[in-house]
Amino acid sequence: MYDAPSLEKTVDQKSTKIAAKDVQVYYGNTHAIKDVNVDLLDKTVTAFIGPSGCGKSTFLRCLNRMNDTIDVCRVEGDILLDGEDIYDKRVDPVQLRAKVGMVFQKPNPFPKSIYDNVAYGPRIHGLARNKAELDEIVEKSLRRGAIWDEVKDRLDAPGTGLSGGQQQRLCIARAVATEPEVLLMDEPCSALDPIATAQVEELIDELREQYSVVIVTHSMQQAARVSQKTAFFHLGNLVEYGDTTQIFTNPVDPRTESYITGRIG
Amino acid sequence: MSAGILSLIVIGLGVLGYFLGRGRALSLATATGRKLHSLPGYYGQSVALFTAVPALLLMAAWLFLQPVLIDSRVNAMIPDSVIPEGGARSLVMADVRRIADGLDAMMADGGISENELDQMRADITNIRSRLANVGVALGSDVPVAVFDAAKEMRQSSKTGALAMTIAVLVLTLGAGGWTLMRINTDLRARNISENFVKALLIGASLVAILTTVGIVSSLLFETINFFKIYPAKDFFFSTVWNPQFRGGSDLGILPLLWGTFYVSLVALLVAVPVGLMIAIYLAEYASKHVRSVAKPAIEVLAGIPTIVYGLFALITVGPFLRDYIAEPLGLGSSSSSVLTAGLVMGIMLIPFVSSLSDDIINAVPQSMRDGSYGLGATQSETIKQVVLPAALPGVVGAVLLAASRAIGETMIVVMGAGAAAKLGLNPFEAMTTVTVKIVSQLTGDTEFASPETLVAFALGLTLFVFTLGLNILALYIVRKYREQYE
Repeated sequence: MYDAPSLEKTVDQKSTKIAAKDVQVYYGNTHAIKDVNVDLLDKTVTAFIGPSGCGKSTFLRCLNRMNDTIDVCRVEGDILLDGEDIYDKRVDPVQLRAKVGMVFQKPNPFPKSIYDNVAYGPRIHGLARNKAELDEIVEKSLRRGAIWDEVKDRLDAPGTGLSGGQQQRLCIARAVATEPEVLLMDEPCSALDPIATAQVEELIDELREQYSVVIVTHSMQQAARVSQKTAFFHLGNLVEYGDTTQIFTNPVDPRTESYITGRIG
Repeated sequence: MSAGILSLIVIGLGVLGYFLGRGRALSLATATGRKLHSLPGYYGQSVALFTAVPALLLMAAWLFLQPVLIDSRVNAMIPDSVIPEGGARSLVMADVRRIADGLDAMMADGGISENELDQMRADITNIRSRLANVGVALGSDVPVAVFDAAKEMRQSSKTGALAMTIAVLVLTLGAGGWTLMRINTDLRARNISENFVKALLIGASLVAILTTVGIVSSLLFETINFFKIYPAKDFFFSTVWNPQFRGGSDLGILPLLWGTFYVSLVALLVAVPVGLMIAIYLAEYASKHVRSVAKPAIEVLAGIPTIVYGLFALITVGPFLRDYIAEPLGLGSSSSSVLTAGLVMGIMLIPFVSSLSDDIINAVPQSMRDGSYGLGATQSETIKQVVLPAALPGVVGAVLLAASRAIGETMIVVMGAGAAAKLGLNPFEAMTTVTVKIVSQLTGDTEFASPETLVAFALGLTLFVFTLGLNILALYIVRKYREQYE
């Protein structure tokens, strides 16, 4: 576990994966996100921190258009994934979400077996041509979700019967099974105990090798431990965005400093 | 004193007991200077409950038992000689009851006094004409034994009523007074009155259970009577249903069970797909506005009386199916058919399936849907693979509820499918169901003790066993999936 921001986590020669330009989000008449501009890097863990209700989850949900399922929600501005606008009319949100996976705050395994939970994404996207390939994907995903050893003997057991931490790792395995390019995590550890949290954090660090990971968290320590870049949101504004080390040791904005030292929030 | 006035008095005493109990508790507390265990109201409540409830229960039991006991005593007074040739004892007993009522009426008119009645003799006085004056018409002259029995019945009823009044009042005052005396500052009045109310609640639920037991046992006894005079093997395995008024009927249940099954199957084939699709549309796709209009509109279907559906089957659906489908295809020329009844019954069942399933689908947590969308599933994939499986136990429950409605439905079948008991596969033929035959066997003009009438109870019991089995199956399925999903 990394308890202090480590200096060797350099993020220099990484390319931009997602670029947001002047993003505005409205819930009905409420202006929830104001003028957010941010470049999220490839193969990097980016943490969104900020007090409750500051818009970090809302912004996260814009990145794979999950907000489309909310009627009153309206998004303006451009969000580019690999240079393409994801809010373009020609983009199918279903295709987008296959590329930008999501893990939710509360573990939400489907009421199916562990195997079927992981096989769900590959099946609907036709990633496997036969049972053997599907088996392989399931095993690989469960291994990557660091849960294979615990469930390999009971793949037919219902996913809802696992413990909270196991369920969350199952959900992560389920998300990586569709081979996304970006993984969005909305407070993935808030319902977990410290041991399960440690396991998930370790997992996030490993996932960085292949994916761009964006994590929303309320725990400053967690942000410091797992991320290389940190964005601080406050009242719908992106206040500061930079290297995690810099944000936590030498914040530019006084609001950031107040928040990480526990004076606002 | 009539039962109504008596119960009012008991309730009045109960209310009085409340205030007395409360007052006594308060005055005791002041006098002894100690704190009461419970709020004063609880002391009042316990006195009121002990005053009124046991007395009312005694009264109910007395009113139920007294006529039974008097009947059996009077019955013994009637010799076989006065029972007319070919008549029944029960008819004579009915006469006795009417004469007793008539005597009461004469008394109320003031046309006769208690002493005169004692001296009245059936062989001297013209009882028949005097009773006719107060509106009790008798078919023949009254035999001496019958008149004496009537007098005895009248007398016992009067004595019984008086005894009941005394017993109830004594119990009211006794139990109330005893509780009132028991009151002291340490009496746990709150616990007493709460336990009392708990016992009342248990009693209320027992009423429902005992009613079920009563229904089943009444069916059971008549069914046993039926099987004494008609072989069970013929009932369960004969394929012919042909009741005759003169006896020698064939009473095989198979054609009726087949008809029930066939009509219910058609009804479910209509109701389940349509109802489920409605539920999916309403729960997942419809906008709030559409939903708020469409859901009540569909539920209107559930409020239509089945006889109206029957009319619809009889004058619209039946002729339509016959003229445009059955006759051109050469499948039959009857306007009442399995398909008619099944279609109309299916329409009736749609709101059952759709409304319940809609609620159940809505209850599937949004996080399930989010999880599926987050993996790049379309709305349709999400519904088919995540929402519906999660909602399955509830949907199965809704379908089985609809199935038991279909099995028990009578009116639509009478008017849509006819009353001919037949074993056949052609859905354009008239067939009939168990419930229809229960009605027609019981409303016929046959003697009650004949197999043609008693068969209705055997049919009813069979139907009951079937629906019970269906309910148990539903419970089993729901529980099995619950274990898996929760």
